[in-house]
Amino acid sequence: MAAEETYTDAELAADAASGLPQLDTSTWVGQIFWLFLTFAILYFALSKFILPRLRDTLGNRSDRIADDLDSASRMKLEAEEAEKAHEQSLRDARAKASNVAESTRQSLDAEIRAELDEADAQAERESELAEARIRDIKTAALSNIDAVAVDVAGTLVNELTGKTIAPAKVTAALKGARS
Amino acid sequence: MASGPMEQFKIDRDVDLFEIAGQTVSWTNSAFWMVMSVVLIIGFFALTLRGKLIPGRMQSLGELSYQFIADMVRDTVGPEAMRFMPFIFTLFFFILFANLIGMNPYAFTTTSHLAVTLAMATATILIVIIAGLWKNGLSWFKIFAPGGLPLVMYPIIVLIEVISFLARPITLAVRLFANMVAGHVMLKLFAIFAAYLVAQGGLTSLGAVVPVLGTIFIVALEFLVALLQAFVFAILTCVYLNDVYHVDH
Repeated sequence: MAAEETYTDAELAADAASGLPQLDTSTWVGQIFWLFLTFAILYFALSKFILPRLRDTLGNRSDRIADDLDSASRMKLEAEEAEKAHEQSLRDARAKASNVAESTRQSLDAEIRAELDEADAQAERESELAEARIRDIKTAALSNIDAVAVDVAGTLVNELTGKTIAPAKVTAALKGARS
Repeated sequence: MASGPMEQFKIDRDVDLFEIAGQTVSWTNSAFWMVMSVVLIIGFFALTLRGKLIPGRMQSLGELSYQFIADMVRDTVGPEAMRFMPFIFTLFFFILFANLIGMNPYAFTTTSHLAVTLAMATATILIVIIAGLWKNGLSWFKIFAPGGLPLVMYPIIVLIEVISFLARPITLAVRLFANMVAGHVMLKLFAIFAAYLVAQGGLTSLGAVVPVLGTIFIVALEFLVALLQAFVFAILTCVYLNDVYHVDH
């Protein structure tokens, strides 16, 4: 045990004598040589092979995510447009249907009105014709009345007086009586 | 096994390779663990490269790491600094893995050496200076002279700004180095103390419970520090990069 301790003490003394190994400048050039060599190899490997591939992978992923988001928003837009178009066509169809109904109603109305007008005109025409005929018949009847009156007057005179009277005289008398 | 608290930071030269500037460059434990951390980082991220649209767990980890550093650069500097993102990414993960590897027994903490942290910090500041001059030309030096001050103030302000700028690599390096060293030394001291108490035998050895609990607590703390220091180094680099893109404070 004692020997071990003295060994340790000797070692410590040796360390103290030679100082810190870090301050032994005879090793510095060698350390710096190996540092630059290994560091350069590491830098080369990382910057030429490893980092570009990591960057590409990360870039591809962010590109892919951006693309997916893009196409998602584009699809959403398309869906919205399709919905709009669908609604538009629905609205168009509804408008068209109501147009058709309206125009049908209007044309039916026009037809009915035309037929009513036609019927009215027909009725009017027929009533005018009837009235004309009535008027004709009336005038014809009225003109016959004179002849009948002359006839009746002649007959009455003949029966009452036993004399015959000339129809012309009767007519003249009637005319005088009437006026 | 090493017995002194500083022994763990010792650099073991296994094979001497060649010389640079009169110093021998050797294959060392530090070099081994640097290579290991690079292998582990590349291996870890290679496993995350599934490239699937819907990520699995590993892929999520890789992507989270990427986004974490990318957000850090974007938020502290701006999107124009994204060309420095690979550098910040490398810096963060190199330090993080070095720190975490250091948490394993027998492993070596490469970031516990001032040479390493100082080299990284100096390189970072040099990159800031070069990029700043490249982008803004000589008008980049306006970062040392904020506008709208009375003329007499300028000598003092410029001096202060220059000193604070030069202090950046030192603070950056010492912060990481000191944090790693302090944590590991504390761990080692508690562990040595526990071993010492156990070695005493008898009732005294029961007292080892206290340093063992302390060790457990420090281990948890050190994992936090390992992550935090990597983060601090990376985000401070981002803050310094601000001077490249935003010359007018």
